[in-house]
Amino acid sequence: MDRVPDGSVAAWMTQIADDARRRGLPELVPLIESLGRAVASLREADWNDNARGDTRPDLGDKERPR
Amino acid sequence: MTAPCLLPIADLARRMAAREISSVEATRTCLDVIAERDSDLHAFITVLADDALAEASRADADLAAGRCRGPLHGVPISLKDLIDVAGVPTTAASRVRAGFTASRDAVIVTRLRRAGAVIIGKCNLHEFAFGTTGEESAFGRTRHPADPSRSPGGSSGGSAVSVATGMAFASIGTDTGGSVRIPAAACGCVGLKPTFGEIPMGGIVPLSRSLDHVGPLARTVGDTRLIFDALRGSRPAARETDRLEPAALRLGLPGDELMDVLDDGVRAEFKRALAALRGAGASIDAVRLPHASAAAAMYLAIQLPEASASHAATLERQPHDYQPGVRQRLELGRYVLAEDYVRAQRGREVLRCEVDRALGGRDALVLPTLPIPAPRFGDQVVHIGAGAEPVRALMLRLTQPFNLTGHPAISLPCGATAGGLPCGLQLVGRINRTDGLLAAAEACEEALRSA
Repeated sequence: MDRVPDGSVAAWMTQIADDARRRGLPELVPLIESLGRAVASLREADWNDNARGDTRPDLGDKERPR
Repeated sequence: MTAPCLLPIADLARRMAAREISSVEATRTCLDVIAERDSDLHAFITVLADDALAEASRADADLAAGRCRGPLHGVPISLKDLIDVAGVPTTAASRVRAGFTASRDAVIVTRLRRAGAVIIGKCNLHEFAFGTTGEESAFGRTRHPADPSRSPGGSSGGSAVSVATGMAFASIGTDTGGSVRIPAAACGCVGLKPTFGEIPMGGIVPLSRSLDHVGPLARTVGDTRLIFDALRGSRPAARETDRLEPAALRLGLPGDELMDVLDDGVRAEFKRALAALRGAGASIDAVRLPHASAAAAMYLAIQLPEASASHAATLERQPHDYQPGVRQRLELGRYVLAEDYVRAQRGREVLRCEVDRALGGRDALVLPTLPIPAPRFGDQVVHIGAGAEPVRALMLRLTQPFNLTGHPAISLPCGATAGGLPCGLQLVGRINRTDGLLAAAEACEEALRSA
């Protein structure tokens, strides 16, 4: 797959929907919309690191690596 | 009088020890139910009648000679057809695996045999365990025993039907987003997902390796405990909690972050169950899991690409051998970016901490297992209140959070809707304290039975 031209969810969705059609899988397009909503919510989540801003909120608990 | 094929395992074992029933007779009663009902229900892909009768005969001979192999001696058990049995095809309900025969038993099959179990057959499932309804199977859909127009839930639907109807005394399923607990709830059985990693997955076809669990379906919590002990290979010398009185139960009740979308009938049965538990003296108070509402997004971003990675080679070589919906979801997973997978993993840690915190000072969290009763085949959405909700997302909604966090969780029967469809009560316990969860579940079972 080509490099995503910008980092937005919308650009990523457009690119993968085009790719799915090109591969003869247009039935993926509605699923891509659902996945896009999920990905957008992950990117907006309050647990994400922000290299420029505050460190993430204290979770008040020890984290246990798997 | 209870039909022999519907006896609790402990009762069956007692009757076998007293020579009131033999393992061969018990196995035949299950085979009779299979012969009578399975052409309609499609719970089994492979019935191992001859092998099972031969094993049962050996079990009877052993018992006659004073040798009891273990708590499952001579007990017919079914397996989801993702689990290897030496010399038998493991189909995963897929044409993709046509011609494959397992060369050895899965680790858990070895353990079940060591505990004395008789393997009666391999059960139908949603192809590769990648679905919640069982509609997509190369061997035909498994139907709900109470209403053939409905799904028994999935993906371990054949296992649940085999247990609910007496085709087996218990079954082993797998649970990546709820696939043991969902069909257990839909069919009125008990289904346990142990702590992540507690039971070895060797010899079981994976779906999503960081979410996959294996666990038992049975008709009582006591039976579930017997199977769980066999699956983990040993009974601990001293249990953390062998018995808990209903009045001693301390349960946490999640809020709208999980409970906002429930079918009216399911909500009514759940409230009735809470009232019964409170009536038995249990303490139930509110807990918050603020990030549980993000669990579905985390699950998609983890489960889809992990499944796609497992299937990448066959998806290239034989894409048309997959059921269409399963193929679509596998193809979709190939598009998830690594950075979103990492975000989801980070969210998963946050959710795990929240569940740990909510369990502080409590025996378990309590919530419904399935927000809806068994859905009709073909329904893509269900209407709850003013909204239309996608069936697949809704069926996973209350179970997938605990696949993400790895906490043990169990579903037990909790009444039925006005239409006679079973509902499930889910309890979630502490990591690596599955024994404690089973003790809490037994106390709940007792309180609900007495109500």
